[in-house]
Amino acid sequence: MTIRVAVTVNGTDYARDVEPRLLLIHFLRDELGLTGSHWGCDTSNCGSCVVWLDAKPVKSCTLLAAMAHGHVLRTVEGLEQGGQLDPVQQGFIECHGLQCGFCTPGMLMTARWLLDHYPDPDEAQIREAISGQVCRCTGYENIVRSIRWAAEHSRADGAAEGEA
Amino acid sequence: MTADGHSPAPGGFGRMPRKEDQRFIRGKGMFVDDVRLPGMLYGAVLRSPHPHARVLSIDTIAAEGHPKVKAVITGETLAGLNLAWMPTLFADTQAVLATDKVRFQGQEVAFVVAEDSYSARDALELIDVEYEPLPVVVDALRALDPGAPVIRDDRPGRTDNHIFDWETGDAAATEAVFRDAEVTVAQDMLYPRVHPAPLETCGIVADFDQVTGKLTVWETTQAPHAHRTLYAMVAGLPEHKIRVISPDIGGGFGNKVPIYPGYVCAIVASMTTGKPVKWMEDRSENLMSTSFARDFHMHGELAATRDGKIRAVRVKVLADHGAFNGAAQPSKYPAGFFGVFTGSYDLEAAYCQVTGVYTNKAPGGVAYSCSFRITEAVYLVERMVDVLAFELGIDPAELRLRNLLRPEQFPYTCQTGWVYDSGDYPRTLRLAMDIAGYEKLRKEQEALRAEGRLMGIGLSFFTEAVGAGPRKHMDILGFGMADGAELRIHPTGTAVLRISVQTQGQGHETTFAQIVAEELGISPDNVEVVHGDTDQTPFGLGTYGSRSTPVSGAATAVVARKVRERARIVASAMLEVDPADLEWERGRWFVRGDPDQGKTIAEIALAAHSSLELPEGTEGQLDAACVYNPPNLTYPCGAYICVVDVDPGTGKVSVRRFIAVDDCGVRINPMIVEGQVHGGLADGIGMALMEVIAFDADGNCLGGSFMDYLLPTSLECPSWELGETVTPSPHHPFGAKGVGESATVGSPPAVVNAVIDALRPYGVRHADMPLTPAQVWRAIQGRPLRTDLAIG
Repeated sequence: MTIRVAVTVNGTDYARDVEPRLLLIHFLRDELGLTGSHWGCDTSNCGSCVVWLDAKPVKSCTLLAAMAHGHVLRTVEGLEQGGQLDPVQQGFIECHGLQCGFCTPGMLMTARWLLDHYPDPDEAQIREAISGQVCRCTGYENIVRSIRWAAEHSRADGAAEGEA
Repeated sequence: MTADGHSPAPGGFGRMPRKEDQRFIRGKGMFVDDVRLPGMLYGAVLRSPHPHARVLSIDTIAAEGHPKVKAVITGETLAGLNLAWMPTLFADTQAVLATDKVRFQGQEVAFVVAEDSYSARDALELIDVEYEPLPVVVDALRALDPGAPVIRDDRPGRTDNHIFDWETGDAAATEAVFRDAEVTVAQDMLYPRVHPAPLETCGIVADFDQVTGKLTVWETTQAPHAHRTLYAMVAGLPEHKIRVISPDIGGGFGNKVPIYPGYVCAIVASMTTGKPVKWMEDRSENLMSTSFARDFHMHGELAATRDGKIRAVRVKVLADHGAFNGAAQPSKYPAGFFGVFTGSYDLEAAYCQVTGVYTNKAPGGVAYSCSFRITEAVYLVERMVDVLAFELGIDPAELRLRNLLRPEQFPYTCQTGWVYDSGDYPRTLRLAMDIAGYEKLRKEQEALRAEGRLMGIGLSFFTEAVGAGPRKHMDILGFGMADGAELRIHPTGTAVLRISVQTQGQGHETTFAQIVAEELGISPDNVEVVHGDTDQTPFGLGTYGSRSTPVSGAATAVVARKVRERARIVASAMLEVDPADLEWERGRWFVRGDPDQGKTIAEIALAAHSSLELPEGTEGQLDAACVYNPPNLTYPCGAYICVVDVDPGTGKVSVRRFIAVDDCGVRINPMIVEGQVHGGLADGIGMALMEVIAFDADGNCLGGSFMDYLLPTSLECPSWELGETVTPSPHHPFGAKGVGESATVGSPPAVVNAVIDALRPYGVRHADMPLTPAQVWRAIQGRPLRTDLAIG
């Protein structure tokens, strides 16, 4: 038995017939080939699988693909636009916010959401925002700095314009 | 500009963003689970629910009848290929799939191959295994009891769970010091079983080409060359027909050194089905069956004078290795490098004795950035120094300053024979104390205590021994721990470096390019680093034990210097002077006394491939290769200070500050070094306060998911405060020392010492990790518990 799942991911429409039990993370990775989002724990603890569902970060290992039917998704592959990196991507490079890179896509998606809603977060707010996600390499310090960097270098065309 | 008017060549060492980041921040990394091949099948492992049981029968008929199942492999299948058992990395054997018994909960029993991963898991439910449960021993302290169930009765003549006895140091000399010592202290302590838990679990894609006979595997491995050779030796495949690719790896921390049964099963499945087979374990499988770390039950003793001069240290260890001795470490060191338990102090004598035992727990032991068990050694000695400070009423910083090795004592041969290469320990500790504002913190603590509030300040000073290692002393399964490097200079002066180690996040693609850049004066952007592919790189033992920079980094510098010397010959032909008349400045050879007459590496590379007439016997290119056999380990050190606040009502520990001063010699890319330290400090918070793989009396693993095995998040970690001192390694080509594990090794005792320091008003001298709120609360009540066993 299969079920039709139609979604918009990073602005592109997709439709696939899949098993009703298929998890969203596996749908994205295996059906759509969007392997930037990672699977890490199965229990919603690590956050490697964070993507946006209707502009809100969710843990895609704990949603069925079917639950995303008719919804709009955004993944790490959708951050770079028109050949220009999102400031959070640039921030992670500038501040060494990643090492092995496995948690990075999920961290970036949460960071983007945070800055969209809180353009000038302090350290405590950033730590709170990423506290549902695990990084085993960085000790979080440089992730915090990376997000601060992004806050201070918001895109000129962004809603949350920071310093020039 | 230099005096001669030439612009200096681009810099090598220094902060620069990582090259590898570009793909990761776009979601374009290529991890093992991202590999997709046409016709690929998916494997899943059936695991034992019992920690110890006889396997009476395995019925796979229903699973084989599943419409999407392509193969079911059992121990019996493997026995027919002589692969039911495989050698471990430490002179033992491990069941690939159980044939006679299961020996730990989660052990591999059968392997299903299906068209998709969900169907493979479905089919596991269709396999019917009949078990006869056996008595269980998961408490190492009971493993040698008379009548304890014998776990390894597969080994002929075995009647107990004893694996090895190992000792180092001088027992008699140590006893003599203890006998006449003014003060002695003793303390039992457990370094509990923890797990490296890289965010990416372990897995493989195996692709056997039945036409060419070539096996290609993409593996989550830190040691691709060692794996290739082992597969050749164990499975009888010709080694040149095996290609092991270690693509992007989502963290290793020692978890990805061993060969796991799932890898062997996937390879067998690909060979029998003729299709590529992917197997990725899930998180529970990772935590329950792959290489754990620590599990050392230690009894430490110090002998000292009344005024705080430490004279001797003595340790007795019971090491729990689980059901198979799979410790990934040099073969002459059954307890790893625990022999460095003498720490950073000038002692008269030292002795330790280690006994290893089997239990009904997963195999492993040497992992989680432990530098081959130096983690346990540092914890032991740094905890003991605090116990002594407690006993003598001396400030723990002052006690350390009285006993640290002095700079003029280096190179220093410690009482167990390790030759510490360099360091200025008092300077490193004093810098940490300055950053912390140590005196002020003590005053604040005093004031808070007067108000009934619990604040703790904990120190640790560690010495590591990393960069294994000299071939005559160190090998893994007979393979000396040297590493190779090959450097090719293209005609236009850009370079390709091929190294035998690879990155799991450490940034090799950047730092190794920087080494070449530093040595040859070309831009790091013009150096491509090739790694993690046995068909493309020279043999070497891989990335673990903080060995990449000390060994492979040295190989890279040496090979670059070889290139430089070859360039000198070509430059001499170009400039029509004797090679001896040329001088090097970064990036170019020039005529001594006539700096305008010079040639850059790029100019020389082009000439080397041109029609230029070269001296007799000179080849027309600059490429070079080398194998680096380190003369000694490198000995990084560091001083760490942790400040905590403890809630006496709940036992909750909050880490307020953490100061870390590391001395890892010359830093190639300080940004990356600091990142390595940050990550290790978080590990220390995790191990000291949160992480443990405990077992209940029936042998059930109680740490089998991230809901049970707690890892530190951004909220448990403070903002790290770092400092550095630099004492170059005298024997490394550019003075570097390993640093990848320093903070994981050095930080746990600082956190524990801080918590115990906070509990001083209650007279608490020790409590075992992890110092969870419950454990701290119990310690306050005067009855800390064993943390590795569930309370009955």
